[in-house]
Amino acid sequence: MAVVFERPKALSDVPFHYCPGCTHGIVHRLVAEVLDELGVVGQTVGVASVGCSVFSYNYFDCDMVQAPHGRAPAVATGLKRSLPDNVIFTYQGDGDLAAIGMAETVHAATRGENITVIFINNAIYGMTGGQMAPTSLPGQVTQTTPYGRDTSVAGHPIRVCELLSTLSGTALAQRVTVDSVKNVNIAKKAIKKGFENQINKRGYSIIEVVSTCPTNWGLSPQEAMKWLQDNMLEYYPLGVYKDVTAEGGNK
Amino acid sequence: MAEKVLMKGNEALAEAAIQCGCRHYFGYPITPQTEIAAYMSKRMPKIGGTFLQAESEIAAINMVLGASSAGVRAMTSSSSPGVSLKSEGVSYIAGSDLPALIINVQRGGPGLGGIQPSQSDYWQATKALGHGDFQMFVLAPSTIQEMVDFVKLAYEVGEKYRVPSMILSDGMLGQMMEPVEFPEKNDQDIPEKPWATNGHQNKRKKNIINSLYIEPQELEDLINERYQRYELIMENEQRAEEFMTEDADIIVVAFGASSRVSRSAVHMARAQGIKAGLIRPITLWPFPDKTIKKSMDTASKYLVVEMNKGQMVDDVRLVVEGKKPVEFFGRTGGIIPTPDEVLAQIKKLAGKEE
Amino acid sequence: MAKITINETLCKGCGLCVSACPKQILALSKEKMNSKGYHPATIIDMEKCIGCTSCAIMCPDVVITVER
Repeated sequence: MAVVFERPKALSDVPFHYCPGCTHGIVHRLVAEVLDELGVVGQTVGVASVGCSVFSYNYFDCDMVQAPHGRAPAVATGLKRSLPDNVIFTYQGDGDLAAIGMAETVHAATRGENITVIFINNAIYGMTGGQMAPTSLPGQVTQTTPYGRDTSVAGHPIRVCELLSTLSGTALAQRVTVDSVKNVNIAKKAIKKGFENQINKRGYSIIEVVSTCPTNWGLSPQEAMKWLQDNMLEYYPLGVYKDVTAEGGNK
Repeated sequence: MAEKVLMKGNEALAEAAIQCGCRHYFGYPITPQTEIAAYMSKRMPKIGGTFLQAESEIAAINMVLGASSAGVRAMTSSSSPGVSLKSEGVSYIAGSDLPALIINVQRGGPGLGGIQPSQSDYWQATKALGHGDFQMFVLAPSTIQEMVDFVKLAYEVGEKYRVPSMILSDGMLGQMMEPVEFPEKNDQDIPEKPWATNGHQNKRKKNIINSLYIEPQELEDLINERYQRYELIMENEQRAEEFMTEDADIIVVAFGASSRVSRSAVHMARAQGIKAGLIRPITLWPFPDKTIKKSMDTASKYLVVEMNKGQMVDDVRLVVEGKKPVEFFGRTGGIIPTPDEVLAQIKKLAGKEE
Repeated sequence: MAKITINETLCKGCGLCVSACPKQILALSKEKMNSKGYHPATIIDMEKCIGCTSCAIMCPDVVITVER
């Protein structure tokens, strides 16, 4: 018998601190597998952002920088401009990327900054204990929308891939999820494409992963997957929103 | 040494940074420092460097954080309101033990304030540019030549002790022209940075640039270690100029632009038979307390002159410890005091009021 | 013929592997509890394992190794 599945080398031995069933772990593994498959761990610098995934600097076995909240694209820009031949990626949550860091995100994209962005959209602030995110759904109950997100007060959730796909500097904007084996495999292909784009100097690639937060949603891991399927995918349709390598493949 | 060239302060500083090996500039337009960005935008593309006009001051300082993490000499520049925006990034840079060069060409504040020269960011630069226990190495030039020379010093000290460095200039020095000379071969001795996150190439353990420490003891230990480096900086890196202080009875303490005015006033006072002298702090942090302490043997009174409502005067009083009177004179809002105004204050202290 | 190995010490008992297994040969242990206080996933019937890796693909803690 041969080993057909094992922990990727680009993941360190440090156990994840994430809650049971949190999909961060799946996405971490996918990123690590892609770094292994492309053989670029030694030349990669990752940028961890503020939020649950800040500790990703302990998990990826490449050089890592921890950015201030929302500033990962700016930090990644500084790294990439200094190290144009290295592989630079950010790993950001929805509060980091789409609220406090929206200016940095939009401008990194429009500059065509040659980086790869892994964006975890789980519609809530995880680390601070479940407050409304820029991607929380209308009506969604969170700690700071206890009566449900009232769009007349708190506004509407942001569809990041749609927004960034309008910018000329964006090479890839693809929304995926990790709710099933099939979708995890699609997510991995998208992440790999995001890194390949960078290696081929195509510009800014963002892979949005519609994710769960069982703890702050108040659901079991299985129920959370179902909630994602029943509620999030309608507002956040999966698919390729921009892909400069595809012809006619854009939404 | 090369020939002297006539240059504007902001442009001379920018050229000095390039000659020190800085190839990564990130900034945002704001008066009265914009010439630095404009100069960099002209020069960097010609020498394979990066000039990037960021979307904000916040983004610019974080780009510096990224570039410094990569181990290169990077810089950003701004003026007072923009420097406030950079405070977040500066705190993270300090908390990550990164060197970085930050330029503040000060203008009047608070708020949007004005666009004329000011020194009202002394407290911000020396006490609290951002949250947390930390210090920056702060240099105050008073001539265009020092705008040039201090860039090298700021990089060297910052890299040696792994701390952010600031050149605290002002709108007067930024805009005025003076002849300057550039030392040759400034960028020959950039030290190795084994801590840099530039890809481990599977040859070393991974590097992490980080300011997060959840365990209080771990964080306290790290801060204590950082403060030991601050102690070394305080011991080794204090700089001040003394002018006619040997026999001075009244010592004026002034930095940057206001020290130029004060020097003229000291000359005038001497001409009138008053034993005046000048101490010009060059490093604002570490504050040159050794020089001030030494002067207490001869001086009976101190006059602190600043272009603000009285900020550095606090540090002078802390050194003097109430043993001698320390008076303050300042103009603010973008107004530069005149030598006559300072002379009048010196005469008042000397008991020679007209 | 296939075999899976679960690192029970690091398993957080989320059960995503249990749902993902097409042969339904995984379950959260009712008796065992690891040092973190979780009931880890265990294999009920290794004989039926087809080595499809579905469990490992869905495992957020990357604690499953598959041989085939």
